[in-house]
Amino acid sequence: MELNYGDHRPIYEQIKEKTKEYIINGAMAEHERLPSVREIAGQLAINPNTIQRAYKELESEGYIYSQKAKGYFVAPMKKSVQAIKREEAMQSLEVTLKELKYLGEDKESIDGLVSKVYENQ
Amino acid sequence: MTDYDVMIKARNVTKSFDGFKALDALDLTVRKGSVYGLIGPNGAGKTTFIKSLMGIYRTDGGNISVMGEGVYENTPLKQKIIYISDDLFFFTTYSVKEMAKYYAEVYKSFDWEIFEKLGSIFKIDVKRKCRRLSKGMQKQVAFWLGICTKPEVMVLDEPVDGLDPVMRRNTWAILLQEVAERGMTVLVSSHNLRELEDVCDNVGIMFNGKVVLEKSLDDVKGEIHKLQIAFEGGAMPDELAKELNILHSSKFGSVQTCIVKGDAEGIKKVCGAHSPLICDILPLTLEEIFIYELGGMGYEFENILI
Repeated sequence: MELNYGDHRPIYEQIKEKTKEYIINGAMAEHERLPSVREIAGQLAINPNTIQRAYKELESEGYIYSQKAKGYFVAPMKKSVQAIKREEAMQSLEVTLKELKYLGEDKESIDGLVSKVYENQ
Repeated sequence: MTDYDVMIKARNVTKSFDGFKALDALDLTVRKGSVYGLIGPNGAGKTTFIKSLMGIYRTDGGNISVMGEGVYENTPLKQKIIYISDDLFFFTTYSVKEMAKYYAEVYKSFDWEIFEKLGSIFKIDVKRKCRRLSKGMQKQVAFWLGICTKPEVMVLDEPVDGLDPVMRRNTWAILLQEVAERGMTVLVSSHNLRELEDVCDNVGIMFNGKVVLEKSLDDVKGEIHKLQIAFEGGAMPDELAKELNILHSSKFGSVQTCIVKGDAEGIKKVCGAHSPLICDILPLTLEEIFIYELGGMGYEFENILI
């Protein structure tokens, strides 16, 4: 895992997002053990409490689960990978649309693009 | 916070030099297992506080304790504390190895196994004389020997000053593993805020001999944000400006950048009602927090043109 030091987001959020990404992309298998807080603290030279916080939040969001004295593990996914990826793509589409709107693109031409893409398939 | 969790506690501490109040009714609390960043402008009293905490200075008034006891002339307690000061001391002719033997003599918990292990990271010939090493290497030796004593508390005054980027990271990695594993507590004073941001969980800002702000870094970051916002027609609606708690504001083209108190969700909601063209809410960096917090107290940077 690498951190982007130019990133404005807090570090625990970056760790959260990266870990999520690994889980969603299947880079980490179900029930695979996550690196321990100590390992990450040593590897990235960041505060252990920050890592603990990222893990706690991932746990409450259901991505990982913890076992006493053993550490954290990747939880079996409830939503399919497809569904999560679709959600993400929709979010990025929304951002792009907002940008287009700001740039003055009118709704008709967007609608036109949508129908073109869908009808060609 | 129960008293059990408190590692370092300072209450109402004062210390004067020749009538100058270096510490003025200072309060500070550090939890066990926390990495506490002490920051402040030059001359705020950081080093004076650290020297009082270490029992080097005797305070004029107030109370400083580590694990519930005063450090001043308290030898058993000093066994558990390592202080790495800005100006290091080594005996004139001592080699690294001889210095280690001296440490092992003084600190009962000195661990030779750790000494050997860390030797492969620091890569300094133990036969070399400490005084002949470069400033950066002397710092490394101080960390090396310090970690070997397995301290409960490490107090660092400008610790990584003089270390190269690789060694800086290595040193922090070693310290943070001790924090994760043994719950070691670290109090660190530094001007390198970028670096503190990664390693600290709590910060205290000192100004004129007082701690003027003491909080967890997450809390500080959660309650103050940078808002970048733009509206059709340019100006921010007056009602919105009234609704937000704006500390500072500047304009670049039609984009307005404001420092706003409040949580991100709340700010987003308030702004969203006025349909802005752009609305980005960013957390502040520690450097920005430092500047804006102290700016409110009359310690400001000015647009300097020479």
